[in-house]
Amino acid sequence: MEELNALFQGFAVILTPMNMLLMLVGIVLGVLIGVLPGLGGANGVAILLPLTFTMPPTSAIIMLSCIYWGALFGGAITSILFNIPGEPWSVATTFDGYPMAQQGRAGEALTAAFTSSFVGAFVAVVMITFMAPLVAKFALKFGPPEFFAVYLLTFCSFVGMGKGSPFKILASMTIGFALAAVGMDTVTGQLRLTFGFHELMRGFDFLIAVIGLFGIGEILLSMEEGLAFSGKSAKIDPKIVLETWKKLPSYWMTSLRSSLIGIWMGITPGGATPASFMSYGLAKKLSKNGSKFGTGQLEGVIAPETAAHAAGTSALLPMLALGIPGSPTAAVLLGGLLIWGLQPGPLLFVEQKDFVWGLIASMYLGNLVGLIVVLTTVPLFASILRIPFSIIAPVIIVICAIGAYTVHNAMLDIWFMLLFGAIGYLFKKLDYPLAPLVLALVLGDKAEDSFRQAMLVSQGEMSIMFSNGLVGTITTLALVLLLWPLISKLLAFIRPPKVDEFAADRPVD
Amino acid sequence: MDANSDSQEGTRTGVATNIVDAVTAVGVMILGGVVFFGSRKLGSGWTSDGPGAGYFPFYIGLILSISGLGIFLQSLFGKNKNTEIFVDREQIGRVLSVLLPAVVYVIGIQLIGIYVASFIYITLFMIILGKYSWVKSLTAAAAVMVLFFMMFEVWFKVPLFKGNFDLLSGLGY
Repeated sequence: MEELNALFQGFAVILTPMNMLLMLVGIVLGVLIGVLPGLGGANGVAILLPLTFTMPPTSAIIMLSCIYWGALFGGAITSILFNIPGEPWSVATTFDGYPMAQQGRAGEALTAAFTSSFVGAFVAVVMITFMAPLVAKFALKFGPPEFFAVYLLTFCSFVGMGKGSPFKILASMTIGFALAAVGMDTVTGQLRLTFGFHELMRGFDFLIAVIGLFGIGEILLSMEEGLAFSGKSAKIDPKIVLETWKKLPSYWMTSLRSSLIGIWMGITPGGATPASFMSYGLAKKLSKNGSKFGTGQLEGVIAPETAAHAAGTSALLPMLALGIPGSPTAAVLLGGLLIWGLQPGPLLFVEQKDFVWGLIASMYLGNLVGLIVVLTTVPLFASILRIPFSIIAPVIIVICAIGAYTVHNAMLDIWFMLLFGAIGYLFKKLDYPLAPLVLALVLGDKAEDSFRQAMLVSQGEMSIMFSNGLVGTITTLALVLLLWPLISKLLAFIRPPKVDEFAADRPVD
Repeated sequence: MDANSDSQEGTRTGVATNIVDAVTAVGVMILGGVVFFGSRKLGSGWTSDGPGAGYFPFYIGLILSISGLGIFLQSLFGKNKNTEIFVDREQIGRVLSVLLPAVVYVIGIQLIGIYVASFIYITLFMIILGKYSWVKSLTAAAAVMVLFFMMFEVWFKVPLFKGNFDLLSGLGY
């Protein structure tokens, strides 16, 4: 029960008026970011990160993680009311959410979506509370080879679990690594791959990449479709909320299953998007109303929302316990940790108890506050989408430019942001996944350091990756995932695979 | 990188997606080659104190080139190649109507700073693309920029870029 004590200490840390206010501000900003096209969890947090440089780390992480929860909630609003998924993980919510809104049951769909988001997040936070300290304690024994094996596993699982061409996943990942290598080498101090440009000495900051790829790229994509929002209006009155809540317990099996899927996919870097699709698919297969899915079934909203939120929340477990983020947004939060002067990794649980448990406590409270905020303010946020795109688009581009500038107070970064925006547009259209690029850019130097340290220990023998049971198992698992596209082709020869009916709808994340 | 290839490719109506894909793949291969040779020059071998500075990027460049080649072959000779039109004339027009002003806007930031450039950018964007009246556009742009100015310069004390010719120097921030 050591964890519970620590957790209550965490609550004591965050229950100050200032932190509660930041939490509320974070949630509201987050929902706004989730609703607006072109701003998502990852780049929203990236843009606001510089505003937190002067805050104490605990307050800063509370605000930023609350933005993340808010964005997770906000994605559901646009997909149900406007049939436009605000975030990739809410695509599956449109399948049943939008038909419900068309039938005039928008309030019911929104209540179900928000409540199941909350349930998914809650289950995931409970899991983090008890699992994260254990994982961190275990990881304290890790040496460089073990850490490199875990990095390898993280990146190989993108290849094994991703959708689309494995070559594109590999290319996107290695572009991230290559960009991370630019600048001063951390071991020898040599300048690498700068080709004589002094401005490149600092290297490419991943925050700039995130703002450009996700922010500007998304605006360009939305522009291409010539967005004109036409949506259902929504008002949630307390009676509908209560009625929906009465119905929800009968779907407890779906909620539980979806939470577990979400947790699993969140810890492994599969991410929220595949989790929501997998959960929707399973719910459809196992529900007795399965054939009616897609026509406005409550269960079809519960399943993807629970899983997406559970996955989004559990993505913070590897970030906290190992220093390896499970999603782009978690990666941005990790970047924040470094800026505030905290060393992410297993030692965080020993050295920064207040910070870690404050964050975990704020996850409980933040999601509860988030649920209340979104339930009460949906009409307000829905009306934001009625502001014409020709006002929103330039303002978002201005916000992105300011965000990019404030990271290092460097004008050149604004140019890089624009370049990343164009690349983001091109890559999105060609189905290159962007998450591996961002994660490789964040983790590139650390993965390389652990690799070089491991190689130093072994004097260049690759066999160190199999030198003991632990590191051998992780490495083998990583290699299996890396070769999974080939293995699954071989398996298909032996036994024809089941057709994934949602494969076409699932976006490359 | 080949960020510009889409604008060059897309202006011709009806370029198939897999052709754009192949062109991008060539760009990826070139990038891989640059990283590959750049790292070799750094010393990608074993030095007296462990793996050299170019050791890790060397293999990254290698994998990048190989995957570029893989994408290239898949896009041209793969079974499921996507021959749909990448962008039509209207779509690329809309995209460029945002991208090109954005480039001008960033040049503007360089010269006259974030606040003034953003104010002009939002105003013109609303008038030209949004077909709003001068009054409405000016008011909206001014409101947004005053809010940002207060937020960054006054409340959070994060100074933003004022440009090579600071038009706001009279304000004292």
